[in-house]
Amino acid sequence: MGVEARNNIQVVGAAGAPVLLLCHGFGCDQNIWRPIVDRLSSRFQIVLMDHVGAGASDPAAWDAGKYSQLSGYASDVVEILRELDLRDVVFVGHSVAAMIGALAAIVAPERFDKLIMVTPSPRYVDDGDYRGGFSEADIDELLESLDANYLGWSHAMAPVIMGNPERPDLHAVLDAAFCRTDPACARVFARTTFLSDNRSDLAKVGVATLIIECADDVIAPRTVGAYVHEQIPDSRLVTLDAQGHCPHVSDPDATATAIAAFAAPARP
Amino acid sequence: MIDHADFWDNAPAGHLVLTTDGQIVDVNATLVGWLGRPAQALRGTSFAELLTVGGRIHYETHFVPLLRMTGSLKGVTVDMRTADGSRLPMFLTANVKRATAASPEVWRVTAVDATDRRTYERELLAQRRRAEHEQERARVFANTLRGSLRPPILAPPEGLEAADYYHTASPDDVGGDFYDLFPLSPHTWGFFLGDVAGKGVDAAVVTVLTRHVLRSAAVSDDDPVQVLNNLNTVLLQQMGIAPNRLCTVVYGNLTRSGDGFDVDLASAGHLPPMLLGGDGNAYFADTMGGQAVGMIARPRFFSTRIHLAPGDTLVLYTDGLTEARTGTGTERYDDGGALLRFVRAHTPGSAARIVDALRGLLERMGDGVEDDAAVLAFGVPRQAHHQR
Repeated sequence: MGVEARNNIQVVGAAGAPVLLLCHGFGCDQNIWRPIVDRLSSRFQIVLMDHVGAGASDPAAWDAGKYSQLSGYASDVVEILRELDLRDVVFVGHSVAAMIGALAAIVAPERFDKLIMVTPSPRYVDDGDYRGGFSEADIDELLESLDANYLGWSHAMAPVIMGNPERPDLHAVLDAAFCRTDPACARVFARTTFLSDNRSDLAKVGVATLIIECADDVIAPRTVGAYVHEQIPDSRLVTLDAQGHCPHVSDPDATATAIAAFAAPARP
Repeated sequence: MIDHADFWDNAPAGHLVLTTDGQIVDVNATLVGWLGRPAQALRGTSFAELLTVGGRIHYETHFVPLLRMTGSLKGVTVDMRTADGSRLPMFLTANVKRATAASPEVWRVTAVDATDRRTYERELLAQRRRAEHEQERARVFANTLRGSLRPPILAPPEGLEAADYYHTASPDDVGGDFYDLFPLSPHTWGFFLGDVAGKGVDAAVVTVLTRHVLRSAAVSDDDPVQVLNNLNTVLLQQMGIAPNRLCTVVYGNLTRSGDGFDVDLASAGHLPPMLLGGDGNAYFADTMGGQAVGMIARPRFFSTRIHLAPGDTLVLYTDGLTEARTGTGTERYDDGGALLRFVRAHTPGSAARIVDALRGLLERMGDGVEDDAAVLAFGVPRQAHHQR
């Protein structure tokens, strides 16, 4: 099976322009990048992917063992870069996908030009002096919340999402299954994400890295952003005046500007 | 006159207006009552703070992006925390009120009590998990059982090449197909391939019995017809297997002879084996007819002897292959003699090549193959002859 079908690869934007690989985190799928794609597709070639278990990835590729480790997702990213023969890629990963990108860049640095981490966290659970923001009991609550929405969020029950007449600017024709990942896969991804610990990997990241954090984010608080910045040798930190964990959705202008400025700085 | 203010406050649902940052602008009296927190303490705080910490992650990673991207949120459940620390299961819907010249964009949120709903959803989920678990158990069980009905490895004599393929139509069911190829003496090998009526555990029980009887009967009898007679006797004696007693099977002995092997065959109502000649011609080995075992006390079986010379290959198969559906109608794959034409196109061919081709054919027919299908082939390689 090719990676295109496995990870529902979509390539859009300007052919021949610098390549951005946009990689979604826990929650939703590649469609979450639409506001960013709208703003950057004239200046970049953009590669979009769904993690196996999310969006329109191939359900037959699901392997609970492989995807109970972030390295399973990272090896998929490396395979995508190799099979599509992408080089000098600017990898943009949201949330846990920032760590997936870091792991991939450690394995195959020759494919990466730069890494952009949107609201990353190398460990969500507190550990000694390290403040990830959550306890293991909180992660159990998340799994409970996923379970509580298990039936309603199954693909079979996904309603058709209609346009909103009050908000014509919103994406009326989103896939009806947007955000409705297979609950069993989402459960595995949630555990993998929120019980992962990649703190020791950060120092091994050898490519230039931009960290984009939000001023007020309960999932990746600013102390975590500062930690990631401190640990990755060649890194810069940008704090957006944004609230929440998804600045690419809530503040697409500022997020796209930060991505573009780092990915393709204006020539002097 | 409708009293809208009364409806806002006292509707049988909690209502909230949030800023696009998720701050509570206003909250109705119903929700204030449910939460046990005063309205003024709620205004200006983040809606997310009403949720459990783990639920907040779900909210931030799924619900908020959905609302922002699509303008509405339909039917998600959350746990809200009340002033006394208890949890309220809530069913949330939300939509977006667009910004106007006079007011910024806000989110309208409605929460209804989901305690009952949560209870039966939990029950449904538990049932679903149980069903998935049972299905997995059935699959593992079927897989193990299926494996035990086939030889782990074929043991052909030197100078004979053998190949086999078992096509599983359904991962959680067991068909009644079986086969084997095994040494009887330094000069003789036995083989069989057959199909017990029906499928599932009942068919598997008869299949196990049949394999066992054939292997034992082969030891004490040189005559393939007598081997089948023994099987017939045992199947008729065995109580409690009536619906699955019927069995079609080809049994044969292989003896080294000249430049190849003699094959003594007996058929109990099974599909005729096909002979792929080294000369490029393919035809049915002449074992049409004969009666199935397990039916009557003294069945007639058909027997014949053929010789496998270098380049010749014999192919045995079950009706999962010939009876595969090829369209939406009632057509079956072999209705018009398609199998012989297919095999002829691969003649001459080695055992490995013809089994490989048939495997490809079965895979291409996909869901059309409704029953398990077994294929066993053996032949005398030409090269081996030349080297000798």
